Amino acid sequence: MTTVALKPATMAQALTRAMRDAMAADPSVHVMGEDVGTLGGVFRVTDGLAKEFGEDRCTDTPLAEAGILGTAVGMAMYGLRPVVEMQFDAFAYPAFEQLVSHVAKMRNRTRGKMPLPITIRVPYGGGIGGVEHHSDSSEAYYMATPGLHVVTPATVADAYGLLRAAIASDDPVVFLEPKRLYWSKDSWNPEEPTTVEPIGRAVVRRTGGSATLITYGPSVPVCLEAAEAARAEGWDLEVVDLRSLVPFDDETVCASVRRTGRAVVVHESGGYGGPGGEIAARVTERCFHHLEAPVLRVAGFDIPYPPPMLERHHLPGVDRILDAVARLQWEAES
Amino acid sequence: MTVMEQRGAYRPSPPPAWQPRTDPAPLLPDAEPYRVLGTEAAAKADPELLRRLYAHVVRGRRYNAQATALTKQGRLAVYPSSTGQEACEVAAALVLQERDWLFPSYRDTLAAVARGVDPVEALTLLRGDWHTGYDPYEHRVAPLSTPLATQLPHAVGLAHAARLKGDDVVALAMVGDGGTSEGDFHEALNFAAVWRAPVVFLVQNNGFAISVPLAKQTAAPSLAHKAVGYGMPGRLVDGNDAAAVHEVLADAVRHARAGGGPTLVEAVTYRIDAHTNADDATRYRGDAEVEAWRDHDPLQLLERELTGRGLLDEAGAAAAREEAEAMAARLRERMNQDPALDPADLFAHVYAEPTPQLREQQALLEAELAAENESREGTAR
Repeated sequence: MTTVALKPATMAQALTRAMRDAMAADPSVHVMGEDVGTLGGVFRVTDGLAKEFGEDRCTDTPLAEAGILGTAVGMAMYGLRPVVEMQFDAFAYPAFEQLVSHVAKMRNRTRGKMPLPITIRVPYGGGIGGVEHHSDSSEAYYMATPGLHVVTPATVADAYGLLRAAIASDDPVVFLEPKRLYWSKDSWNPEEPTTVEPIGRAVVRRTGGSATLITYGPSVPVCLEAAEAARAEGWDLEVVDLRSLVPFDDETVCASVRRTGRAVVVHESGGYGGPGGEIAARVTERCFHHLEAPVLRVAGFDIPYPPPMLERHHLPGVDRILDAVARLQWEAES
Repeated sequence: MTVMEQRGAYRPSPPPAWQPRTDPAPLLPDAEPYRVLGTEAAAKADPELLRRLYAHVVRGRRYNAQATALTKQGRLAVYPSSTGQEACEVAAALVLQERDWLFPSYRDTLAAVARGVDPVEALTLLRGDWHTGYDPYEHRVAPLSTPLATQLPHAVGLAHAARLKGDDVVALAMVGDGGTSEGDFHEALNFAAVWRAPVVFLVQNNGFAISVPLAKQTAAPSLAHKAVGYGMPGRLVDGNDAAAVHEVLADAVRHARAGGGPTLVEAVTYRIDAHTNADDATRYRGDAEVEAWRDHDPLQLLERELTGRGLLDEAGAAAAREEAEAMAARLRERMNQDPALDPADLFAHVYAEPTPQLREQQALLEAELAAENESREGTAR
């Protein structure tokens, strides 16, 4: 058996590759957004696509997010498969009406006659030292909108696999890209791209028997780090990477919690009205008799995203996660 | 060379001379709305077209009256009537080729019906048994759009996509005067002009956005003037003159199909009825204004023209009315039947495949319905 030498690649490169492969495989795939053409995007995620496929396939649009998504709706109505880039999380808000009133609802309101296969890529989250309006965790808004799939990768391989799946999906997918993982590297062989898995499956990133950390996107590496640190305290933590917020993989999450009996949900998004509340409720409803302690949440504070010099206090870090794990009523066991 | 020496050597050159990117003059609308009926231009109007417009306007007026009556009988939840605006509704539908696309707003049921959409399916939204009742691909009519102006970028995207695929397709998008204040109106016009998309924007300026008059909506010289800022031609037309609206739209469609890009057409018209059956128009406008517009009625304008040219006699007019009456009777009959409702529809089309969570919720509803049936049968016994 020969082993393929794995070269380190960044998440940004994997995303580019996913779009490139999708465009090569399907002429109806069109990339569009602000600065995505000549410049290759402010994060260079669309680098080279305009050159390879022409500006009709990778288009610099006017600077207007509602217009970008609104025209993408029309393009999808005519059989194209638009991949829309919103430049930053907080710049996606002008497109919200199009997203909620049309993208999410068109299939339903036409009884399935007019599906809209649109992928909306949104770089999201903090930790990159961005100034105001560049670091929002906007997933809760999207999760609360029926008709959308909401996914977010945490690894280089998933970035490729999930984006291919999103583009291939006949439903609209909000594809949240954790900005601070854009330059994270992984051993990944682009010549043998990862399997494209169906959207909606979580994955256990680390097995452990003491408690389950339920997390996604930018908080996955933080949780893995916390799990390593927890060994010193005698805890063997399991880490579940949700990958898909909608649909939600109750099966994988609950199987893990039933095994460990304890759970902490970790995300950057604010706690109040954030994804963690929904996840904690689902886990409690389904695993109550397996739980040794209430499901806890480690989230960003309920504040507007802080300025860069203060953001480290806001973002869930290893210590805050370990503190939460320590509060999982271990004393009751002894 | 030191920095100071470099600075000394610097001789600023004048910036390149500024040039306007587009000559605005040809884009400007006429000072007065363009008219055909009752003018010399009418002589050139195709008699067959005038007859078609007339038949559709007669039918359209009857359709509006019937739909409004259905709200009073509880058969429609609400109906935003286009009485007084039938010329625009009909011309927008008739001006398009079969392969073209129409993007109506919520007041444009008539346009959808005139394009061929089933008259009952067009009312599904307003009856409330589903949202869009017709297959948009059957007659290439997008779903009636309630969020104002949001359908305009869809028209631009569709027209752009068609052009990318090499298809000879034009999209016509309809919006009201109030809708021109929305951000999506601006973004759609801008995208269309930049992409030279084959789109025609038809603004029906009917004087009111529910209760708010145009003076509170815009300070623009006219809505058609807005086109100039985007680099597309603006045309001003008498929206009650079906022949004029058809001609102006036909020009714009031809221009778009030939690759000339989008046009903004403002049709000046008037909403004779209230915003909907649920609105009370006496709170914001006087009878005198409405009466003045009744004297400039799209149906009468056509009738006068056709009669004057010997293209219509009393028998012909009576036949058109009878045909409209038969249409209304059929509509009434069909609308008086209760629509078939299937609660399973609630979950079937949210996604291509229902999520596990939706399957659970559907099972919950099915259990509720089964219990409901059981208790009903129990009571019956």
